[in-house]
Amino acid sequence: MSAPLVLGIETSCDETGIGIVRGRTLLSNTIASSMDEHARYGGVVPEVAARAHLEALQPSIEKALSEAGVGLEDLDAVAVTSGPGLAGALMVGVGAAKGLAVSLGKPLYAVNHLVGHIAADILTADSEPLEYPTIALLVSGGHTSLLHVRDLTSDVELLGETMDDAAGEAFDKVARLLSLPYPGGPEIDRAALDGDPAAIRFPRGLSRASDMAKHRYDFSFSGLKTAVARWVERCEADGVEVPVADVAASFREAVVDVLVTKALAACADLGVPRLLLGGGVIANRRLREVAVERAEAAGVTVRIPPLSLCTDNGAMIAALAAELISSGRRPSTLAFGADSTLPVTEIQVAESAVPEDGDPA
Amino acid sequence: MSQISGVMNADYPGRVILAVDTSLGTAVALIDADGRSRADAATVDPLGHAEVIGDLLQRVLDGAGAGEISHVVAGMGPGPFTGLRIGIAAARAFALGRAIPVVPVPSHFAAALTAIETDAVTGAFAIVTDARRREVAITVFDGVDGDGIPSIVADTFLVPRVDADTHLDGIRRIDVDSLSAVDLARVGARANAAGRTLAGAEPLYLRAPDVSLPGAPKRVGS
Ligand SMILES: [Zn+2]
Repeated sequence: MSAPLVLGIETSCDETGIGIVRGRTLLSNTIASSMDEHARYGGVVPEVAARAHLEALQPSIEKALSEAGVGLEDLDAVAVTSGPGLAGALMVGVGAAKGLAVSLGKPLYAVNHLVGHIAADILTADSEPLEYPTIALLVSGGHTSLLHVRDLTSDVELLGETMDDAAGEAFDKVARLLSLPYPGGPEIDRAALDGDPAAIRFPRGLSRASDMAKHRYDFSFSGLKTAVARWVERCEADGVEVPVADVAASFREAVVDVLVTKALAACADLGVPRLLLGGGVIANRRLREVAVERAEAAGVTVRIPPLSLCTDNGAMIAALAAELISSGRRPSTLAFGADSTLPVTEIQVAESAVPEDGDPA
Repeated sequence: MSQISGVMNADYPGRVILAVDTSLGTAVALIDADGRSRADAATVDPLGHAEVIGDLLQRVLDGAGAGEISHVVAGMGPGPFTGLRIGIAAARAFALGRAIPVVPVPSHFAAALTAIETDAVTGAFAIVTDARRREVAITVFDGVDGDGIPSIVADTFLVPRVDADTHLDGIRRIDVDSLSAVDLARVGARANAAGRTLAGAEPLYLRAPDVSLPGAPKRVGS
């Protein structure tokens, strides 16, 4: 089979992503975001996100097709995120994907969102192919996960994840403490510009020796958020102006430090000299800087897909399905649902059984 | 399943209409242009719409025989939002796949048509469905109009379940927990034939998203 032409649908959080790929070639990456609608609430509101997905899906699919210069009848398969993510948001995408696949009579692949983030890397033009094994650090408003990827389509292991807030959520919450708007990531980045990252020593979650025994690769950001809140309150109680730049820079440094430290520990422990970064928080310049700097010192090669492929998108979902197809995987049955806590080991959901006549679909 | 066509031909002899509704259970049906049922598949489970919608669609297609689908009728609620959206998303995507139009129809019309044409209900009656949070959604109908579409007497409204009767003022109450996609398709077909639009593109949410604006950050103390 020549490189499969796949349309991917991603609706796990607040981005309606439609991507079209031909094998490893990106043809369209269309994203409609409802972020502005969430801004006034200071975080993603699931019901608002789900309503926005329903509105955005059809125009986004049409836009992606015209951008890619292909018709629906040309597709080899439809792909969709089954999980993890917000249940009500995921279900809109699942409903649409099933309607489209049945309408067209095309195979449907239900895939894992987190593994999709890794698949985004293979769409990066002019880069060396992804080498295995690799450690992957995925950081966004919805997840903070450390993965050991031995094969994109068949062997991904969860090393650790956040025990409470996702890193992106921590940025949003601390931004609010500092009276900065949503989303917090870019705002904290801006505020931190003239700040001293060493001004305040905020705690590094799950980094004490006692924590490291049990949660070596896990993350926790709620203690950090509380520490920032206390610090701000103390300033107010003492009647001193909150040094926003220093607080922002020091908070960001704590988040970045713990993310990079744990990721590189995984690289060292498992003898894997490769680290892949993904997720929307990778947009944070300081995180990229520190990761690249410290990885280099540790002899670890860092890969960062272009930002447009790091944030949630449909192209990564299509890319993962294209890899599954190329590796001979059968389509999913039509009976899967949305799984808000889908484990990362389930790269494809509900793969259909080998037909009785032994003729692979 | 090879007849994917953007060409609409009103005189095509095998024209069929697909209807999808997930406002209560999951209901999918195909009818002929004259209103005869071709295939019908449904589950009454008020959950699990995402899981079953694909198989139900496939089943009615497989069971319907030859015929080019000319329209997709989408049940627009009212109903629990999460489930309701799944059917609308599937209906729209299906229509997109065939380059055919979507005909949005409020779901209560289907229950009303069933009451009038199958159960021979006469006079005013109220279709009552669960709206979660101890509320019900009510629409009052009375017979059909000249186009064969149930006539609305009072637009859909939400009331606490315990207060429903006081709002009905003696009107016959019909509580419904599943509905016929065949009748939904019939209403859509009649509306389409009459050139009428019964619902907008937005589902009948009847309720704003359940969110509260953030106040000042909570104090954590020291
Ligand atoms: Zn993501």
